[in-house]
Amino acid sequence: MDAAAVARRRGLERYRRWAGYALRYAVLLVVGGIVVFPIYMTVVNSLLSSTSIIAWPPELFPFDPQWDNFKKALDEVPLVRYMLNSLIMSGIIVVGQLVTAALAAYAFAFLRFPGRTLLFVLFLSTLMVPWEVSIVPNFQTIQWLGWLDSYQALTVPFLATGLGTFLLRQHFLTIPRELRDAAAIDGYGHIRFLVFVVLPLSRPVLAALAVFGFLQAWNQYLWPLLVTNEDNMRTVQIGLAALRGREVDTFNITMAATVISALPMLIMLVLFQRQLVRGLTAGALKG
Amino acid sequence: MNGTDINANQRLLPIAVAGRLLQRLRGINRLGFALLFLAPSLVIFGAFVFYPLVKALYLGFYETDPFGNQGDFVGIDQYRTVMTSEFFRHSLWVTFLFALYTVPPGILLGLALALLANQKLPGISIFRVMFSSTVATSVAVASLMWLTLLNPSVGLLNYFLVEAGQPRIDWLNDLDWALPAVSATTVWLNLGLAFIVILAGLQAIPEELYESARVEGASGWPLFWHVTLPMLSPTLFFVSVVGTILAFQSFGQIHILTRGGPVDATTVIVYSIWEDAFQRFDYGVASVQAVGLFLLVLGLTVVQIRFLERRVFYQ
Repeated sequence: MDAAAVARRRGLERYRRWAGYALRYAVLLVVGGIVVFPIYMTVVNSLLSSTSIIAWPPELFPFDPQWDNFKKALDEVPLVRYMLNSLIMSGIIVVGQLVTAALAAYAFAFLRFPGRTLLFVLFLSTLMVPWEVSIVPNFQTIQWLGWLDSYQALTVPFLATGLGTFLLRQHFLTIPRELRDAAAIDGYGHIRFLVFVVLPLSRPVLAALAVFGFLQAWNQYLWPLLVTNEDNMRTVQIGLAALRGREVDTFNITMAATVISALPMLIMLVLFQRQLVRGLTAGALKG
Repeated sequence: MNGTDINANQRLLPIAVAGRLLQRLRGINRLGFALLFLAPSLVIFGAFVFYPLVKALYLGFYETDPFGNQGDFVGIDQYRTVMTSEFFRHSLWVTFLFALYTVPPGILLGLALALLANQKLPGISIFRVMFSSTVATSVAVASLMWLTLLNPSVGLLNYFLVEAGQPRIDWLNDLDWALPAVSATTVWLNLGLAFIVILAGLQAIPEELYESARVEGASGWPLFWHVTLPMLSPTLFFVSVVGTILAFQSFGQIHILTRGGPVDATTVIVYSIWEDAFQRFDYGVASVQAVGLFLLVLGLTVVQIRFLERRVFYQ
């Protein structure tokens, strides 16, 4: 093969590689574009005026962005209050779940006692009862306690987690028992050992559980719908859902409200992406 | 037999009994101590998981009067009439269709996205964020987004249809299209989740496996079929089990998009429970359906827990 042929072949290879790259990026862009399209359109719609929102053909870009749609949305809908409610609810649930799950997981991992296996199976069996199965009796309980339209109603039923206890226990089991013996010699009781040794060693799992629990709590729909009626106790999901019946020419305000209420989650996901991935994939994988 | 042995036994007996008693006492003591740690969870589970499950079973035995109060004991009759009713069978069928329309397409799309995003390219993380973006949307947010897209007069879906020379469709009020439309919303809503889990599964496959397969000359589809897919199958299995459980529990998107309509075309089982319990205040009939849902999900969760026990991530 002469030099010219080699050079030509190299050029062809480079061209091919370059074309391959371009093709891959093109596919990624198109597919990514389709996935985010509903989000993009929501942002576009939130910026349209009430005349362009009903225009035909639909406008695909906000050439004249109406930023005060967001102000109108905040004026018309008590979104801040809704989001605050969701935040308080999710915060209480996350903290409560971490505390109860850490305590229970500690007992299952570090304490020996009769009936341990049985109790552990009992904890796991809570995973088998879908929440929807118990809504009627639970609603009656909350009603009986006089907790309708309160944070207790939104949070107390969710302050324990079978899955979280299980995952924490699995992690606690990887902590060498010698650590417990050494800590005991240093005069650490169980609670001190749990708080100052075990929990710091479990930070990644706790973070994953926290992010996962927060996401779940924030996204709750059916239960808050049942136990809250007053506007000032509504969570953001329920408050937002109440906008479903609005007229077509106020869709821009509805979409602005949607964008506002989606923001906290979006920010959280950007900040805690790693923990979220870990939380979501918990149980699906061996690490 | 001589007297001294009996005497010795008689003397030792109380000690043996006392020893066993002490052991038992210590056991109870240890159990009591452990219960201090377990109590917070047990109280919550007892009050909001186990008690309501039993209560739901119990409520199923009682009729409910028109004012929502517990009526006469009718025993198993109510279970029989509800579970064999046309309506219950219909909502089971809709639930099954909904799972069929959401789970397999969701997994296939999630897998496709994960394979695309698993390439080693500069800037791939931007695309990963794009693909996982729907995790940030809650059921209410996603439903409102799609409510606009699916709107018969100004929605973009109909715009595309009209551009393609097709007649408009009133997606959410059409007997044939309502369930597929709600399902499409759901697939999109859960796509980010499926993508994240499947991508993590892909990344957990050891690189050496690919290398040795490549040494043997495998590439492209054969590599996918003989290395990627078998290694990924536990993840895909997990996603399908959890996805099906989630599909059986869906409510929010139906409540927002269609209210179970048109003519119950999208009345999945949870929506039907909610309607009977909190619109018609017939707790008895709702409880029977709830028990049905429990039995439906029970089998699937057993599989899920088995799976969890076998392969669990250690942080």
